[in-house]
Amino acid sequence: MLKATDLSFSFARRGASGPRVIDGVSLDVERGTVVGLLGPNGSGKTTLLRILAGVLPPRSGRVLIDGHPIEQLTRRELARRIAVVPQETHSTFDFSVIDMVLMGRYPHLGPFELEGAADQEIARDSLAATGTAALETRRFGTLSGGEKQRVVIAGALAQASDILLLDEPTTALDLGYQLEITALLRRLNTERGATMIVSTHDLNLAAALCERIVLLRQGRVIAHGTTKETLTAETIRALYDVDADVQFHPLAGHLTVVPIARPR
Amino acid sequence: MPGRADALGAVHPRASIRQRLVWTLAGFGMLAVAACLLAPLVGSTRIHLGTVFDRSIPYADNIDAQIFFVARLPRVLGAALVGSALAMSGVVFQALLRNPLASPDTLGVSAGASLGAMMAITFNLDFSLLGVSAVPLASFAGSIGALTIVYALSTARRRGTSAMVLLLGGVTLQALLSAVIAFVQYLADFTQTFRNVRWLIGTVLAPMAIGWAGFATLPRVLDLVSVGSESAAARGVNVERTERIALVSASLTTGAAVSLAGPVSFVGIIVPHLVRLIVGADHRLVLPASALFGGAFLIGCDLVARTIIAPLELPVGIVTAIIGGPVFLWLLFRTA
Repeated sequence: MLKATDLSFSFARRGASGPRVIDGVSLDVERGTVVGLLGPNGSGKTTLLRILAGVLPPRSGRVLIDGHPIEQLTRRELARRIAVVPQETHSTFDFSVIDMVLMGRYPHLGPFELEGAADQEIARDSLAATGTAALETRRFGTLSGGEKQRVVIAGALAQASDILLLDEPTTALDLGYQLEITALLRRLNTERGATMIVSTHDLNLAAALCERIVLLRQGRVIAHGTTKETLTAETIRALYDVDADVQFHPLAGHLTVVPIARPR
Repeated sequence: MPGRADALGAVHPRASIRQRLVWTLAGFGMLAVAACLLAPLVGSTRIHLGTVFDRSIPYADNIDAQIFFVARLPRVLGAALVGSALAMSGVVFQALLRNPLASPDTLGVSAGASLGAMMAITFNLDFSLLGVSAVPLASFAGSIGALTIVYALSTARRRGTSAMVLLLGGVTLQALLSAVIAFVQYLADFTQTFRNVRWLIGTVLAPMAIGWAGFATLPRVLDLVSVGSESAAARGVNVERTERIALVSASLTTGAAVSLAGPVSFVGIIVPHLVRLIVGADHRLVLPASALFGGAFLIGCDLVARTIIAPLELPVGIVTAIIGGPVFLWLLFRTA
């Protein structure tokens, strides 16, 4: 469904040589799967997500959605296929929760078209799917971090795209909200068949949520595959220079990672 | 205090955007029309609205109608144009820079436009381009120049440019340009300044209209951009084009407004805030409502300016500052 081949990107001026932020990355994401994107700070996770979302054009390589090169799609067509959930969302102005979700309908409306009853219904469904229906008339700015993130995810659902890209969706949240968002994303995958690419620093979130993981270091993919086979003490050491203990946790029902020490 | 946040944050379920738009346009439209009709009645000679529109009196004999249409209405309409232009520019700057304190004044754009206009008047520049004369042209050049400086500052480091840097830059630029203006004024005799220009509404109609047409394409994309330019782009908004249209339109209308009325402060900041208190955050309501309310507001201020020390006139900018300053401080206390 989403296929990227040999992507490269550098912030240096075109023609000039500079460090590559993304270096020969290929990805193949099948419909209905959740793919985790892991890597240390500065490994290129966010840049890669921006390229996949079509916000940043790659220096070389291409991204195909259902066989269409993304640069051949209009911005609106692309937004109807891919939605993005940023790490944090602040609103400068006092939008209500339903206003924020209705903005997700933008790529489905004409330039001067106002949202109609059908759009309202889609927005309410999206709120219901993220457990935020009761917040509909609240001001977005008065919500807690976890509530905000759920509302932003509802906005992405209202966009009715095939693929969700989430950039560290739990990083700004406390433990309770982290678990809540993880559970929500898993439910969206199992109940709605949502296809997701999630970048994260939280290895346990990746283990709980992602069927497959891609490990990114200095812009290169150093390993990829099913989470079970790829999330190991060896790959974690290669990725973060950290010794970790990786065990299947019977209560959690997934692999768990306990970082032990930084080798000297 | 979750309970308190609940109580404060709760808003009533609202009507559809279509209904809210109709009510907003009707309400603020009536206010603007009332201001346009009533303001010309006030002045040194008393006239009556009934007589003005009395069709049984031939226009040549209808002194009231002549005063209304010839002596006073053009100025009132000029004030309306200036007020809406500044208010809309404020709305656009605030959304684009995601900063509720941005406005033509705080960004130094008004000061840039004033400086341009002053230079043109002082050095008696006399040329025109496509029917637009030297003063408004110099004024646009000034507003675009100031905006370029401030905008370069805001995008110099793509991430983490704080609101503080931008506003400090704007305020500094504003102070600097004001000093240059004072310097030019000191060199040249300046009693004639804007009085001469005030009646040149015709010469700025074209740029004003272009700016308005640009604004008309913006309301919904401003909603998305005000939440984040990256997320707006991911929703299908052409962010670069939006920024270009918004900045060019705002400098055109600010430049036109300043070349008509001189520097008029605070309209671009308090009108959008007061409007948001009434209609909420949606720019499809905020932008037209600010245009109408900004027009009515400046008509009111101009009325005060030309009557309070009659037969002398105050510059309207003094009135807007005296009203706007305290309102702005109140808004700051309210949000703090």
